[in-house]
Amino acid sequence: MSEEIDKSKRHFLTVATVVVGSVGVVMAAVPFVSSMEPSARAKSLGGPVDIDISKIEPGGMIKAKWRGKPAWVVQRSQSVLSQLPKNDSLLRDPSSDEPQQPPYAKNEWRSIKPGLFVVIGICTHLGCSPLYVPQPGDPSVGPSWPGGFFCPCHGSKYDLAGRVFKNVPAPLNLPVPRHYYASDKVVRIGEDPNGSHSSWREPLVW
Amino acid sequence: MKAIVCAFLLVLLPVFAHAQDQGIKLESANVDLSNTASLQRGAKFFVNYCMGCHSAQYVRYNRVGRDLGLNDAQLQSYLIFTGSKVTDTMVSAMPPADAQKWFSVAPPDLSLESRSRGADWIYTYLKSFYLDPKSGTGVNNVVFPKVSMPDVLWELQGTQKALFSTIKNPDGSTYQVFDHLELVTSGKLTPEQFDRADRDITSFLVYIGDPVMLKSRDLGLRVIGFLIIFFVFAYLLKREIWKKIH
Amino acid sequence: MSAEKGKRDYLDVTGGWLHRLRDWIDARFPMTKFWNEQVAQYYAPKNFNFWYFFGSIALLILVNQIVTGIFLAMNYKPAAASAFASVEYIMRDVNWGWLIRYMHSVGASMFFVVVYLHMFRGVMYGSYKKPRELLWIFGMLIYLALMAEAFMGYLLPWGQMSYWGANVIISLFGAIPGIGSGLEQWVRGDFYISDITLNRFFALHVVAVPLVLLGLVVFHLIALHEVGSNNPDGVEIKKHKGADGIPLDGIPFHPYYTIKDICGVIIFIAIFSAIIFFSPGLHGLFLEPANFEPANALKTPADIHPLWYFGPYYAILRSIPNKGLGALALLLSIVILFVLPWIDRNPVKSIRYRGLLYRGLLFVFVLTFIVLGYIGMQPATPFWAEIGQRLSEMYFLFFAVSWVYSKPRSRAYLVITFICVMAVISLFDWVSWVPSAAVLKMYSWLIPLVYCSIFLLLPAFAGKFIEPKPVPERVTMK
Repeated sequence: MSEEIDKSKRHFLTVATVVVGSVGVVMAAVPFVSSMEPSARAKSLGGPVDIDISKIEPGGMIKAKWRGKPAWVVQRSQSVLSQLPKNDSLLRDPSSDEPQQPPYAKNEWRSIKPGLFVVIGICTHLGCSPLYVPQPGDPSVGPSWPGGFFCPCHGSKYDLAGRVFKNVPAPLNLPVPRHYYASDKVVRIGEDPNGSHSSWREPLVW
Repeated sequence: MKAIVCAFLLVLLPVFAHAQDQGIKLESANVDLSNTASLQRGAKFFVNYCMGCHSAQYVRYNRVGRDLGLNDAQLQSYLIFTGSKVTDTMVSAMPPADAQKWFSVAPPDLSLESRSRGADWIYTYLKSFYLDPKSGTGVNNVVFPKVSMPDVLWELQGTQKALFSTIKNPDGSTYQVFDHLELVTSGKLTPEQFDRADRDITSFLVYIGDPVMLKSRDLGLRVIGFLIIFFVFAYLLKREIWKKIH
Repeated sequence: MSAEKGKRDYLDVTGGWLHRLRDWIDARFPMTKFWNEQVAQYYAPKNFNFWYFFGSIALLILVNQIVTGIFLAMNYKPAAASAFASVEYIMRDVNWGWLIRYMHSVGASMFFVVVYLHMFRGVMYGSYKKPRELLWIFGMLIYLALMAEAFMGYLLPWGQMSYWGANVIISLFGAIPGIGSGLEQWVRGDFYISDITLNRFFALHVVAVPLVLLGLVVFHLIALHEVGSNNPDGVEIKKHKGADGIPLDGIPFHPYYTIKDICGVIIFIAIFSAIIFFSPGLHGLFLEPANFEPANALKTPADIHPLWYFGPYYAILRSIPNKGLGALALLLSIVILFVLPWIDRNPVKSIRYRGLLYRGLLFVFVLTFIVLGYIGMQPATPFWAEIGQRLSEMYFLFFAVSWVYSKPRSRAYLVITFICVMAVISLFDWVSWVPSAAVLKMYSWLIPLVYCSIFLLLPAFAGKFIEPKPVPERVTMK
């Protein structure tokens, strides 16, 4: 009769049981953690949204809601477009290197059509919705203001391509969602141009 | 002690013999959820014949697509006739208020029909319509007397008539008891083909009743497999620790 | 000794910082002291068998119900218009929602399975007897809270069974003379079971009763650790202590019973998983078909009965065709369990050493309880009602006979008891006599007659059948 306690055997079995048990607990936790992800209904409601842009005025903005966030379509005049490159030296990320936009919107206008700018109107600082202040030198912002978006919460500033200025609290450019022009009058937010699916991952923090 | 048990069981015998009595005998649906082709056919029958009036408001098209191996384009062309998106639920195009007016009752949602009624009931019900001039829809049903639903599958099945047999009460009065159904005019499908179609619809309804049942069994086996491994280690450790206890 | 030393080594392996952390906490909070008193130096009898798993398993299910309940509450909507749909939302749209919901619904039924087995263990080994009467009463209060919890939880899916089941149970309050109907209305908060009722049942189900339940579980455990565990031999291990003051037949709960319970728990989880993944409704036993239809105040389902765990009580309720008396019988059938320690006063605790007839009595009681549960779920036909009534009589007779078996009785005492019991039963039959059911009644009268003949008349003439066997001084290992 081997009455002696075999310490190494006991140690091995203790460790093995604890390890296997812990794996079990972690696996059991997966469904619970995962259940807090967006549900099928949330995903369905968060599907693409069509915005009618036929009535947009020059310099005007159309606001819509996509995934519970303000989705803006801004009409930019030629003068605004020519102003954009002049801002570059004042900006944090002038060439849009951060993936705040799908690849087809990574250009000097951050849009598919230069005259139409589609953007999510949520400040990248702490989630307020900035104001649209297109007028250069608007007194509510300051005399040197080139026109753009101004966040009243903490004073972050973006130009009219949604690019963030230096020396403001917001770290990143305003996010551009997946979108394409379903027709001349309709822009669809939340889907890549017909059929394609870019490998770009939407930033989790808008 | 044994005598007590025997006596007790004897007392109980009539109890259990008494336990079964029912009216109409339901036919077995023999649903096979692993038969994806049958489920796909059932889905097609469902959207063509049932969804005119009934919804399955808790079931999303893309979930059906994922479970039955249909991509979004296939869903759009084979299953979606209501202008819905693939992420929408299967809601009938008929406004409930109109349905209430036309059929006097709103057609119930069918998402959970298989769970509340059972597969055999649905299977038997769908094939048990018969001509009845007294009814507003012209038909009646053996398992659901005075049903307000018309026989939507008559084109496939053909029409049937019900034959009754007469039973005499001890006091000499008589009453009618349903005996069997007989085909009057045949439909597009032979009786065998129709039974298969009926089974397809029933299978689809069973599937949407608890869609996860398609996958949960595999997962269950894996969970139990893991538990067996865990048990081996835990049991060996228990034996090791208890070695000295006598 | 060696276990203590081993643990110290284990802490040292990690470079001693765990050791220091423990000492830091112990200087401020009695962590190690608590662990030692309640677990590592709590001495439990060494002869526990598998019946002793069910306490730990019940605790596990309580945790399961709380955790899954929290996650269900994240998605469930306690409103009449959206409750049913929100359950289907959980079942279909929420990631893994189906698993969490089935864990909760199957968990509810398994809770009762385990609690019934745990209670049976207590009855079988006389665990309610001195000094464990209060432990038993705390346990019964847990059982009562559990019934309230299950009843209110069952309204939440807002299906047909939820609605009409709640209707029937709440109507029971109406049986209380005087305040009955007013109380009914107060419980519902409306003139019928409405959105308001659902809303308050939700609050009670997720907050109030769980708090009570947790408190009672703590009391139950404190009482257990004060008096120590009973065991299958029903002998007190504290009577024989070694020189170190430790019971000779006791072993520390940790590691011996922690590891043993883990083995039992794994087997339980395997069974639990098999039900969840293969047949979560268990053929209508755990999830009733009629509950997959939304609540409809205008249409009662053809056959309405409670879930299986209330079946026995429901059968007892229905066995008396009188609202007040039926409700009283129901109440009595639960209350009588509370006073079991003062009914069965036989000094022999464990069934191992009780007489043959007591073993038979308990066996028949278990069968009675199971068959009553079955009858509680059957349609209310005259036949079932009659059998239900006889079995209800047997349910209460168990306690009467247990009382009689508490000490040696004379032949005359037993015969007179037999005559009295049969007289009461026959009198009751005579009062409720219906000529059309006379044949059934006369046949079924044989059931209590046979029962009383065996358990009351037989020992009067063959005393050896109730004589206990000698109880050993120390526990036995099989």
